[in-house]
Amino acid sequence: MNAPTPAAPLRKAIESGVPDNKPHLHPTMLKNYGNWKYHDRPRPGVLHHVSHSGDEIWTVRAGTQRQMDVYTIRKLCDIADKFAEGFVRFTIRSNIEFMVADQKKVDPMIAELEKNGFPVGGTGNSVSMVSHTQGWLHCDIPGTDASGVVKSMMDELYNEFKHEEMPNRVHMSTSCCEINCGGQADIAVIIQHTKPPKINHDLVANVCERPTVVARCPVAAIRPALVNGKPSLEVDEKKCICCGACYPPCPPMQINDPEHSKLAIWVGGKNSNARGKPTFMKMVASGLPNNAPRWPEVNAVVGNILRTYKADARPWERLSDWIDRIGWPRFFEKTGLPFTKYLIDDWRGSRANLNASTHIRF
Amino acid sequence: MAKPMHPTPNLDQLESGPWPSFVTGLKRLAKEKDYVVDILGHLEHSYQTRKGYWKGGTVGVRGYGGGIIPRFTEIKDDKGQPVFKDAAEFHTIRVMPPPGMHYNTATLRQFCDIWEKHGSGLIALHGQSGDIMFQGATTENVQKAFDEINDMGFDLGGAGPAVRTSMSCVGAARCEQSCYDEAKAHREVLNTFLDDIHRPALPYKFKFKFSGCPNDCMNSIQRSDMAVIGTWRDNMRTDDALGKKWFAKHGMNELVNDVVARCPTKAIQIKEAKDVRKDAHISSVALNDSQCLEIDNKDCVRCMHCINVMTGALATGTDKGATILVGGKRTLKIGDLMGTVVVPFMPLKTDEDYEKLVELGQKTIDFFAENALEHERTGEMIERIGLVNFLEGIEVEIDANMVSTPRMNPYVNTAGWDDEVAKINAKKAAA
Repeated sequence: MNAPTPAAPLRKAIESGVPDNKPHLHPTMLKNYGNWKYHDRPRPGVLHHVSHSGDEIWTVRAGTQRQMDVYTIRKLCDIADKFAEGFVRFTIRSNIEFMVADQKKVDPMIAELEKNGFPVGGTGNSVSMVSHTQGWLHCDIPGTDASGVVKSMMDELYNEFKHEEMPNRVHMSTSCCEINCGGQADIAVIIQHTKPPKINHDLVANVCERPTVVARCPVAAIRPALVNGKPSLEVDEKKCICCGACYPPCPPMQINDPEHSKLAIWVGGKNSNARGKPTFMKMVASGLPNNAPRWPEVNAVVGNILRTYKADARPWERLSDWIDRIGWPRFFEKTGLPFTKYLIDDWRGSRANLNASTHIRF
Repeated sequence: MAKPMHPTPNLDQLESGPWPSFVTGLKRLAKEKDYVVDILGHLEHSYQTRKGYWKGGTVGVRGYGGGIIPRFTEIKDDKGQPVFKDAAEFHTIRVMPPPGMHYNTATLRQFCDIWEKHGSGLIALHGQSGDIMFQGATTENVQKAFDEINDMGFDLGGAGPAVRTSMSCVGAARCEQSCYDEAKAHREVLNTFLDDIHRPALPYKFKFKFSGCPNDCMNSIQRSDMAVIGTWRDNMRTDDALGKKWFAKHGMNELVNDVVARCPTKAIQIKEAKDVRKDAHISSVALNDSQCLEIDNKDCVRCMHCINVMTGALATGTDKGATILVGGKRTLKIGDLMGTVVVPFMPLKTDEDYEKLVELGQKTIDFFAENALEHERTGEMIERIGLVNFLEGIEVEIDANMVSTPRMNPYVNTAGWDDEVAKINAKKAAA
C-alpha cells in the first residue's frame, strides 16, 4: 500500500467499482466455482458442500455484533489464518463464515470461536442474527437504537441461534423508523410514531425546501403556512398518520419522541419463493415502550411469538406458512396478543386484505 | 492512553449476556482514542434521553458526489459548542465489497490498519444496502482514509438519489443452487453505472440485487428496483443414489408431509417405478427399488422447496438463467411494493447473455431518469404510468408471465384490440 503524503493532495479517485471476488475465495471454492452438487448440515452452525468433482468443503458460521472494532476483526482474521487458509465471508445477516477443506479442522475451529465469544450457529431452522440498521449510533433520523435492541434480543435468543429447533428458519430485523431499512422478515421490530411532528417554526424556512416536504407526505396533511410572520409549514393533525416521512427532508419537523415513539412488531414476511410466493409482513402488536437499554417489553412479545410458533408449527412452515394454516384469529388466540382496530388495514388497496369469503375456522 | 471515560450506565448494561457486545468493542477502542470516548458519551446521552443527535451535511471525497454519510453532532452546550467535542464529526465511508462478501484476511487486516489510523476503528460488516461501512471519521480524515482504501482496489458505494451498492449471494462460489454467475452479473451491471453511483443525479435511489436461485437470499423481490434471480427452463436433475439415501433416513411420512404436500402446484406424485411417465418433461428420482417421485416439470414453478428438502437428490436444471423483476421497495411513500416480472427468462451463460442483462439495466435506468418524478422509486413510477407503458419504454414485449391474473375491471378502451391480435398472429407466423 502506498502511504499517502501531504504532497499528493490532487490524487484522483480510481473509479474501480465492484472488485473481483476471485482473490477472496478459498482455493477449494475457486476450483469448484459453479460446480457444486449438494450440501447437508452435519450439526448446527456447520454446512458441508460436495462438488461434482468430489471435493468437499465445510463451512462454520458464527454470529458477530456487526458493528465491529478492529480488535474483533483481527481476532476473526487470526482464527481464519489458523484454521481456514485465510479466507472468510459474511452473510446478509452479518454472520461470519469460515471454510475448510479438511473436516478435522471443524471441531477445533468451533472450540476456538466459542472460546473467543463468537457463537456458532445461525444455519438451517435456527433463529439467525437480526439484520439491523444504525440507530442512535449513527443515523440522522432514528427513533431508537439498533445495535442495542439487537444485542438484547440475541442475548435472549442465544440458544435458538446455536440450535436448529425451529420449524423452519427464522429471519428477524429491526428498524429505527418506518422506512424499515432492516427489511422484511419473519419477525420485525419497527418504530411506530404516535404523535404528529413537533415543528420548530423558527428553522423551517432556512432548513427545508417547503414544496419538497409538502410533496413527501403520503396523506397530503402538510401545507405551507405563515407562522409568527415566518414562512413555515403546518400539519393537519387529523389527517396525519405519524409516519415521519416529512422528517428527513425537514429536520425541524421533529417526529421522534422519547415517550410517544413506540415499537411495533410485524410478522410473516418471507423473501423466498419456496412453497408460496414471497409475502410482506403484517403488524401484530404496537404501543411497546422505547425502553432502553434492554427493551424488555419488545423481547417479551418476540419471545412469546417464537415460543408459540415453535410449539405449534409443522416442519418447514415459516411463520407465514404457519399462520396461513391456522388463520389469523388463532394466531392472536394462541399468542394472547390483542387484535385491535389498528390492525385492520385502511390504506390504499386495503380491501384486498379483508376476508371476502365464508372461510372461517371455528 | 485516551482521556477518562464518561459514565455510561445504560451502555454498560449491554455488555452482559452471551451475544458479542458492540459496547465492549467500542470500549476497547476508547482505551486508545479520545474520539471513541466521546462517541460512547454521545451514544449514552441518546440512551438516557431516547433521542438521536446526528445531523447530515455535506462531506465528500474529490471527484465524487456521494458515498460519504456525513454526521455532525447536535449535542451542544448553551454557547453552541459540542458537548462531546472529540466526536463532533462522525462520518461514515460506504465501500463496495466483493460480490458475495468474500474476503481474504490480508484485505480485512489492511482495512483495520487504515481505519485505526484515520477513523474510529469501528467497521460494520455490512450495511443494509451491502456496503462495508467504515463508521466514524472527521471531515479532515475522510479523504485520507478513502485514498488508502481506494489504492487497495476498493471503491465508494452509492448514497442519495443514485445507483446504490448492490448485493449478491454466496452463489456459484459455494452453492449448488446457483443458476448463474452472480458475481459476474453483479460486477458487469454495477460497473456500468459508476457515474450514476458516484454522482447522484437520478430521481431517487435505484438498487440492483442478485440472487442465484428463487430462494432469493438477497431479498431482492422486496428490496430492489431490479431483481436478478436465477432459475432454469429444462427439467430438474435427479440423483437416484441420493434419493434412496434421503428416503432411507427420512421415510414415507416426511416425504408425504414435507415434500409432496408442500409442492405449491402439486407437480409431485409418488409412483411405482414402472408407472413413471416417460414424457420429455418428466423428472423422477428413486426412493427405493420399487418407488419413485415423479415431477411434472411443466407444472413446476421453480419454487425450490423440494430441492431445499432433498438437496442433491433433486437439483436445478442445466438450461440456466434468470427471471428479472422490477420495482420492489419498502413503505414510503405509497406503501410496500414487490418487484414485477419483466423478463420471465433471460439465459445467462455466454458473455453476450450478460451484455443483454447490462443493456436491460441501462434501458431501465435511462427510462427511470427521464420519467420518474423527484423522490419516486421505479415501482411507484410503474404504478403511476402502468406496466405496459414502462415495457414500451424499455422495449420489452408483454408476456402472460408478468401477471397474476388478467384485468379484473372493464375500465379500458380496447379499440386497438384487432391490431394487437394481428401483430401477435404475424409474429407467430414469422416464428
